[in-house]
Amino acid sequence: MVTERSAVSKWFNGLNIVLLLVIMFMCLLPVWYTLSISLSDKAAASAGMVFLWPKGFTFGSYETIIHDGQFFRSFFISVQRVIYGAAISFFVILLMAYPLSKNGSDFRGRNVIMWILVFAMLFNGGLVPWYLTMKSLGMINSIWGLVLGGGLPVFNVILVMNYFRNMPKELEESALMDGAGPWRILFNIFLPLAMPVLATVLVFTIVYHWNEFFQALVLMNKSVHYPLQSYIRQVAVVIDPTKMDEESVKRASELSNQTLNAAKIFISMLPLLVIYPFLQKYFVKGITLGSVKG
Amino acid sequence: MRTKGFAKHYYLMLLPGLIWLFIYNLFPMYGILTAFKDFNPGIGILKSPWIGLENFQYMFELDDSKLIFRNTIFIALAKMIANLIVPLIFALMLNEVKNRLFTRTVQTIVYLPHFLSWVIVAGMMLDIFSYNGPVNQILSSLGLGKSLFFADAHSFPALIVGSDVWKEFGFNAIIFFAALTSINPEMYEAAAIDGASQWKRLTRITLPSILPVAVLLATLSMGNILNAGFDQIFNLYNPTVYSTGDIIDTWVYRAGLIDMQYGLATAVGLLKSVVGLFLISLSYGLAYRFANYRIF
Repeated sequence: MVTERSAVSKWFNGLNIVLLLVIMFMCLLPVWYTLSISLSDKAAASAGMVFLWPKGFTFGSYETIIHDGQFFRSFFISVQRVIYGAAISFFVILLMAYPLSKNGSDFRGRNVIMWILVFAMLFNGGLVPWYLTMKSLGMINSIWGLVLGGGLPVFNVILVMNYFRNMPKELEESALMDGAGPWRILFNIFLPLAMPVLATVLVFTIVYHWNEFFQALVLMNKSVHYPLQSYIRQVAVVIDPTKMDEESVKRASELSNQTLNAAKIFISMLPLLVIYPFLQKYFVKGITLGSVKG
Repeated sequence: MRTKGFAKHYYLMLLPGLIWLFIYNLFPMYGILTAFKDFNPGIGILKSPWIGLENFQYMFELDDSKLIFRNTIFIALAKMIANLIVPLIFALMLNEVKNRLFTRTVQTIVYLPHFLSWVIVAGMMLDIFSYNGPVNQILSSLGLGKSLFFADAHSFPALIVGSDVWKEFGFNAIIFFAALTSINPEMYEAAAIDGASQWKRLTRITLPSILPVAVLLATLSMGNILNAGFDQIFNLYNPTVYSTGDIIDTWVYRAGLIDMQYGLATAVGLLKSVVGLFLISLSYGLAYRFANYRIF
């Protein structure tokens, strides 16, 4: 390894590390601040006295949430959506990626289907036609609207397909020699070997379904059917435009439930923060797998 | 390969996905007809009378449409530039640090915001930039006046770009990290033996090596010039900042689903989709032609 001993280099490297540390803390600060607010006394928080440490430490906001039926209902809807969405996407993606990884000469319909998929990925009818279709399919107030409404995850199909295409041809050839059919080849040979990319796709799908908030605002008539993110948007994010002059903003911030909302925001981040360390190694691999080639 | 007779199995494997694709991706496209009709929800799309291009004509007469196209392109362009340069500089900075534990810790933490939803990030940002929030507290302790950041049309676009960079710069840097690790270390050793300084090695080896990746990413991002980030702006904007912050997608949402102007909203959305498809095809075509980049 190259080492450098000049004074300028030492200064540069020192400054570089300090800057990187600052950048790193900037990424954590909003999350930390939200946690501090959620653990603070209501009055101290709305007076703007909380910075990096809770003022008037209390679990009051979290105790209030325990009695908030809608919060738990929405949390459960989100969990349900993630489980259905991830399970369905996983199998559909796996089943599609294998035949599409064939060459056009081995599977005649492959190229046409591929172009249809890419077209569907790049072009959509827009919001209003989507809404009208969902309505005519009876997806209003239904969890299936949230699970399936986003459409086929074409990008993930392509990611897995590219992975299959890069596997050595001999694997499949020798299995064919032994008389294995396409289903056996997919489930006994390709599936175990594709675990890294399948884990990546699973992570993307779970995060997508956990974070998606908009479809429910359009599809659900009542907020009882909202998943967690849509519920949080409703209580914590929407600004009332009529209260925009300075005096009323002051009043509004005194009345608002800032600490309670911060606690809700923090709890909704929690599942992600918990599994995040395990996710990391997969999504980094997945990003580099599915991009820059050739 | 002896795959004769497999085709029917292949189609069977594709079937669930194709059904999903047809119902939820392709079938909604028939609703595009709404753009050319005087849509009446009571009688459905097919029976509603044709009106040709009237919706499009009306769109071009509206003052709103010029505004939303201008806002969209301005915000999207600013984001494209910032989301290319900031991750690049960050990746170069981190690449100069040789301590693996340090680089891995920094990477883990800066990727995190990407996984938070815009609802969560917006909730946090609105708190931090609120009237009594920490940013205003710091400003007033420095003797500067407080400001209602997200209710101020002047600062709104900058806050949008800034919060987007905060959320995505780490994740966008991943691709640069991958490119940086593929540089042959022998080049650095040879340069060091020839007496090249750290700065020289950065500008003469590292930068030229990852420039093609940066150009490729810039080309691919051109297809997104009409995507200013609906999820983000939808959660952060309010009527006081419509003049600089209202974009095509948020306007279509309000016109279509709040004001029930189905035909007009579909027409604007369709125009956006068509132009977007053209631009994406163009950028992918360029990337394929000059960098041999293919998505499949």
